[in-house]
Amino acid sequence: MEFAIKTENLGRIYKIRGGKKEDPKELVALSGVDLQVGRGELFGLLGPNGAGKTTLIKILTTLLAPTSGRAWVAGFDVTERVNEVRQRINMVSGGESSGYGLLTVRENLWMFAQFYGLSSAEANRRIKALLKVVGLDDRINTKSSDLSTGLRQKMNIVRGFLTDPDVLFLDEPTLSLDVGASRDVRRFVREWVDQDPTRTLLLTTHYMVEAEELCDRVAIINKGRVLACDTPANLKHRLQKDVIYRMEVSPLNSLGTAPFEALPGVRKVVHRPQDGFSVLELILEKDDALSSVVATLTSADKHILNLQKREPTLEDVFVDLVGYSMEEVEQAEAPEASQ
Amino acid sequence: MTMATSEPLRTAEPKLLRSFRLAAWLGWQIESNWADPFLFAVYSIIKPLSSAAILVVMYSIITQADFQAPIFAYIYLGNAFYIYVGQVMTGISWAVIDDREHYKTLKYVYLAPIDYPAYLLGRGVARFLIGSFSVGITILFGVLFLNLRIDLAEVNWPLFLFSLLVGVFMLAMMGLLLAGVLLLLAHHMWGLGEAVAGALYLFTGAIFPLEVLPSFLRPVGYILPVTYWLELVRRSLVGQVAQAFPTLAGYTNLQLVGILLALTAVMSVLAVVVFRWCEGRARERGLIDVVTNY
Repeated sequence: MEFAIKTENLGRIYKIRGGKKEDPKELVALSGVDLQVGRGELFGLLGPNGAGKTTLIKILTTLLAPTSGRAWVAGFDVTERVNEVRQRINMVSGGESSGYGLLTVRENLWMFAQFYGLSSAEANRRIKALLKVVGLDDRINTKSSDLSTGLRQKMNIVRGFLTDPDVLFLDEPTLSLDVGASRDVRRFVREWVDQDPTRTLLLTTHYMVEAEELCDRVAIINKGRVLACDTPANLKHRLQKDVIYRMEVSPLNSLGTAPFEALPGVRKVVHRPQDGFSVLELILEKDDALSSVVATLTSADKHILNLQKREPTLEDVFVDLVGYSMEEVEQAEAPEASQ
Repeated sequence: MTMATSEPLRTAEPKLLRSFRLAAWLGWQIESNWADPFLFAVYSIIKPLSSAAILVVMYSIITQADFQAPIFAYIYLGNAFYIYVGQVMTGISWAVIDDREHYKTLKYVYLAPIDYPAYLLGRGVARFLIGSFSVGITILFGVLFLNLRIDLAEVNWPLFLFSLLVGVFMLAMMGLLLAGVLLLLAHHMWGLGEAVAGALYLFTGAIFPLEVLPSFLRPVGYILPVTYWLELVRRSLVGQVAQAFPTLAGYTNLQLVGILLALTAVMSVLAVVVFRWCEGRARERGLIDVVTNY
């Protein structure tokens, strides 16, 4: 198999400077990452904020040097063959409003197309075609400073696809887009990869649906480590022998999840407090374990409002691997999530 | 999206030239982006004239308005051409901060297949053009209203144009050096270019011969290429007036050209080495796309 992206034992440690008298602290953003992404693949990196997804993309796009290990993109080492890599890639980061505000949408995109050596006529032709795809064609002559954050994001997505790179990196591309626009972008992303088998796309996301809907394969990443890597179907298949329930109950308050996790046959429990009730996501070894969960609730004077047995999702896979939901991990590590 | 077309998809333009040309275009779009072109012109005229006026008023008080004295031409021309130092150095180095912190485009520009130093040099072109306009206006004002004597028939034009060309290149390389340093620094260091230009003002003989400085400070001026560049520009325009001052009076024009070329070469090598080192450090530390928000 021909690899578009390959990493070997890739690691990155940030040194965080404290006060003048404090020694710098080390933050492990990536550790021992081994990945192979085949040519023509739409590959997803799924993980909570601060998991190391952006750090990995920054290394692969030559913006950041790794502190250990090696990585290749389009067959070229990202630290030693920087120019060759850059000729073959492009990148878009979501959730930011980059762009030269005083230039129009067309001028912004034209300039970046020219950076990649596209002829002016070809650049203009592609700009028109892609702006139409994302529904921004009527704003082609609008100064980008006059665009909303979401529309700027669309402009940046066009910038990424404009140069028709061999490998495209999309870092949370649908962040700050509304539901309809996100759907359109996802559809276009899938079509773009399917149109040409030489195109490869690496996408980071913390939206389970996005990873599940789009990606040929997904790597689940947390605390800088790749915990699992497979097709969404195979990842979910890990939980096929388990049974998964979603239960709405009266507020658990201080009861927490510990009494349930101690029960035999209960593998993982995620508690999501809602307005006026609690949601329990239960991963059980067998259906039989449900009766002891119900008994525990009853003895604690909690009422079951709704009970639903469902198919496993990537969220369940994440919970199974990490022990917590992605939401819980993000809340617990919020101060460290800036990398 | 179909990619079939009868026209060539890619241009054959060399990367270096492409990077410089596009950056120059972008720089001009940014610098000339004034809502009112009239205001832009007024600003470009009033700012340098105000700066010159301060100097002229001080000179006038000290010398009792002796504008005939050779030192006046020395000071006035030194000050006028020094405009280039701030404009070119700041124009190039400021692009790093502007792209990274303001437009948030640095990472996209940086990972594009361009020659990044050539891009930065291109970003300085607009400031050079604006600087040229300011220098021209300042000199014209001096000639028309302050009895600054420049005889166009006596001007050594080949020397002037050559010195200007080498000098601007030398200032661009100093700007590249500062741009490298700014890759490692936060937003609040945006004024580094102007700060360095301000500091060098004292040590380059711009408004007084180096002999005015304490002897232990003079060597600073002697190792700076700006000193020789200003001297050459003055000599080419007002000849013997400039040569009347002690600092470099013993040197012929050719000797000064040789020194300027040698120091420019040293500065260029230093700038490229420092820039590459800083760029490497910025990549190691993950600073290329860090918005500091200061």
